[in-house]
Amino acid sequence: MRKTLDNLPSRSSPLSLSMRWSNFQRRYAPYIFVSPFFILFLVFGLYPSLFSLYMSFQSWTPSDGWGRWKYVGLDNYTFTLTDPMFWRSMWNTIWLGVVSGVPQHLIAIPLAFVIHMMLGRFKTFVTAVYFLPYITSSVAIALIFNTLFATHNGVINLVIAHLNTWPLLGALLPDQNINWFTSANVKYAIALVVIWQFTGWNVLLYLSALQAIPKDLYEAAAVDGASRVQQFRYITLPLLRPMMFFAVSLTIIGNMQLFEQPFVLLNGGASTATPGGQTVTMYMYRTAFEWLEMGTAASIAWILFIFIGILTYLNNLIFGRAARGVD
Amino acid sequence: MARKRVSFGGLLLRLGGYGLLGLGGLLTIAPFYFMFVFATHQRSEIFGFPPPLWFGEHFWSNYQILLEKIPFWRAYWNNLYLALMVTVTGLFFSSLAGFGFAMYEFRWREQLFAVVLATLLVPAILNLIPFYLLIYQIGWINTPKALWVPAMASAVGIFMMRQYILSAVPKELVDAARIDGCSEFQVYWRIVLPLIRPALGTLGLITFIGSWNRFADVNVIMRTQETKTLPVVLRTLQGATDVEWGAIMAGTALLVAPLLIVFALAARQLMEGLTSGALKN
Repeated sequence: MRKTLDNLPSRSSPLSLSMRWSNFQRRYAPYIFVSPFFILFLVFGLYPSLFSLYMSFQSWTPSDGWGRWKYVGLDNYTFTLTDPMFWRSMWNTIWLGVVSGVPQHLIAIPLAFVIHMMLGRFKTFVTAVYFLPYITSSVAIALIFNTLFATHNGVINLVIAHLNTWPLLGALLPDQNINWFTSANVKYAIALVVIWQFTGWNVLLYLSALQAIPKDLYEAAAVDGASRVQQFRYITLPLLRPMMFFAVSLTIIGNMQLFEQPFVLLNGGASTATPGGQTVTMYMYRTAFEWLEMGTAASIAWILFIFIGILTYLNNLIFGRAARGVD
Repeated sequence: MARKRVSFGGLLLRLGGYGLLGLGGLLTIAPFYFMFVFATHQRSEIFGFPPPLWFGEHFWSNYQILLEKIPFWRAYWNNLYLALMVTVTGLFFSSLAGFGFAMYEFRWREQLFAVVLATLLVPAILNLIPFYLLIYQIGWINTPKALWVPAMASAVGIFMMRQYILSAVPKELVDAARIDGCSEFQVYWRIVLPLIRPALGTLGLITFIGSWNRFADVNVIMRTQETKTLPVVLRTLQGATDVEWGAIMAGTALLVAPLLIVFALAARQLMEGLTSGALKN
């Protein structure tokens, strides 16, 4: 319809100036409306990214002065890939990604299911409570947990000490106060904080997917005598797969970039004493802003980028096909 | 697990469900509770035995320490300024672009929109170093515009706005406005903006919360005490030899409190907006 409207005046001979103007406007307005994003993206997104690719083949430190780069070929990459500290950080990141990522979903799915099935009016309220950590500053959260994790009389250690007196659970728990900030323990602390912060976000995602499942499917199953557990197993889980794909993708991308929580829990990443909590992004940050090796830092960023790409692709292989199948 | 006797098994599952929800809720709320409680206690009390479970009387002294050690209200203002600038400009440019993508047919539309979505896939923190170098190069270190100008139009915002405009604004209305003599911008300003208020509200909240909580980029761009935002200066307090945890908790409480209030008022809209935005298309 629009085409005929647009073409109509051009066929009739003399165009009034105002019609010409409005035609001109309508043709070019959308380009002007969308242009701010693209200008900003080119200047502050694409250009820096390409520049960092260029930087990753250069050696440069701020004291050299702007423009004084030295081409070093693949040196930054070979340095990074042979640096034990990098692999240590990579291992920590993967470990944290799994240990803080998997429980988020294992907790969020049943929780969302319970909220969906059992709550009526209070659904929004309860979900909002679970969502609170997600909207809170990661720095604030890490600072709060810093006090909760204190070795002596920290709330978390006191709770563990109390649970220790329980008959069955007690056997599983350590008898002494845990020093959460040792190199070996700190990653458990970080994982706990991350699980606490992001489980609610996943609850919201899964809840929105659950609400999209038609009610009559459950009713039909109930008529056929399926129990709640069977309904969950044979209806809910398969129909949740597209959302699982989406939510797991977000978790992977987020967890591979963990920065603020370990940075603050480790008091600014004093990680020579606590290499157990150093993530790849922290290692990148230190390379750039402590050791001022900008080119090496750029190569770390690109290696991590490729790594995230591979993980996302693997996730796509595992969940993605099923997700598309259901779509 | 599944019992034939539905009433008993159902009851058990129901009780278990409520138990699970209650326990989870308690664990979620507890750190917030301790934050507010610790904000009213001295350092020695926080780490004493037993730790304080109820509010104390040292909030004002903690607050005094904050004022002594850091430019607290200056940092607070920086937070607010940054969040407001990003939110206002972001709402304007994102909705304008969303309107462009939703209501016009133009060459390269699909391709350009695909570029918008593709930018969502690039992990943000990977751009930290080149972004810092660019800001350094153009001389914007220690200037707030380095933080809000690049964030003026966001891919998430454009996506949300486009989706909402497609569902909420009839094309006939836009055509009618044109016949009545509205320019293209006037169509956006007078017709579309009033119609998309709910979506603007959701996007505004997301943007405000996101920029209120920003840390990594602020931390590298803002090098002087006067330009830092609250999360960054609070973090620096942690580096001192004798850490005033009571004061830090008071500061985090004051940082988090406005978000909690805003969220309490707008939780329903925010969460409904998020779930519908995430699912459609």
